[in-house]
Amino acid sequence: MNNKLKTLVKGIIDVSPLMIPVIPFGIIYGVIGMDLGIGPYMTLGLSIIIFGGASQIVLLQLFSGGASSLVILSSVGAVNARHVLYGAVLSEHLSTLKLSWKIILSYVMTDQAFAVSNNYFKKNNKDKNYHYHLLGSGFTCWSIWQISTILGIVLGSVVPEELGLSFTISLTFLALLISDFRKFKNIIIMLVSGIVATIGYNTIPFKAYIIVAALSALIVAVLLTLTDSKKR
Amino acid sequence: MYWSLIIYAGVITFVTRFSMIFLLKKDILNDRAKKILSFVPAAIFPAIIFPPIFLDSAGSLDLEGNPQILATIFAIIVGYFSKNIIATIFSGLISYWILIFLFNF
Repeated sequence: MNNKLKTLVKGIIDVSPLMIPVIPFGIIYGVIGMDLGIGPYMTLGLSIIIFGGASQIVLLQLFSGGASSLVILSSVGAVNARHVLYGAVLSEHLSTLKLSWKIILSYVMTDQAFAVSNNYFKKNNKDKNYHYHLLGSGFTCWSIWQISTILGIVLGSVVPEELGLSFTISLTFLALLISDFRKFKNIIIMLVSGIVATIGYNTIPFKAYIIVAALSALIVAVLLTLTDSKKR
Repeated sequence: MYWSLIIYAGVITFVTRFSMIFLLKKDILNDRAKKILSFVPAAIFPAIIFPPIFLDSAGSLDLEGNPQILATIFAIIVGYFSKNIIATIFSGLISYWILIFLFNF
């Protein structure tokens, strides 16, 4: 197997366990789209054009609630604002790539693909074809999301709600943080983020609680690392 | 629903993903900025994790007899010692099923 293919396959393998909750989530999304009566083409169209699960569901909820386009688009932007931070983290590794690569990799960059490929980039900075890892992880997310959207459109709610598979969304993101559990600063930052998000969930407008929580936690990170450099 | 609304939403989403990858050049960030950015996963993922665990469907705090909290604690313990992503996810899911199906939480 050549090196590019090897790295691509590594990306697919690394992201695969994180796809467990994406399948029921995609099915739920497909069912919501059909229930709201926007039809199969627009339901799938949202998945292809936006390709961001949480923001698609927020868009549908707000649309069915009769919100204005301005509110809907602001909310989609707020829910997806975290990608700006992912982009800033990954830019260090992706900045030398061709524009076409940047466009393709941006389109498929999801939470899960970011998490596994960022780890790979940090550990394998000698691999010349490292960006194939993100291509593999990103297109795995993309394919699974489109297939599960179609399943939701065609089959309806095939996953029993009692199984609580929505809980696995929290569990996969938790699993992505296991290497941070041993670091005291990271634990503080995680708690700040989680607590701000929980309090802000109902109080912060435009579903912006994720980015507000993330920025609050990063401010705490700035403060915590400030004392770091003073000690040195 | 209009296709134009979907396309605008798609463009906004793409811009959030593309902007920094496009704008930031290599080595533009100093070590301190890189250090702060290394905390991005720890700063974002808990904001996705916490609300569905601690809030009920009505959006109010649900701390008593909440099987998701217990299952999450179990998953954290397994994750801490195993350092294994799959073990963490499945230990949480299986302990959750045990709590709701066997102990009727």
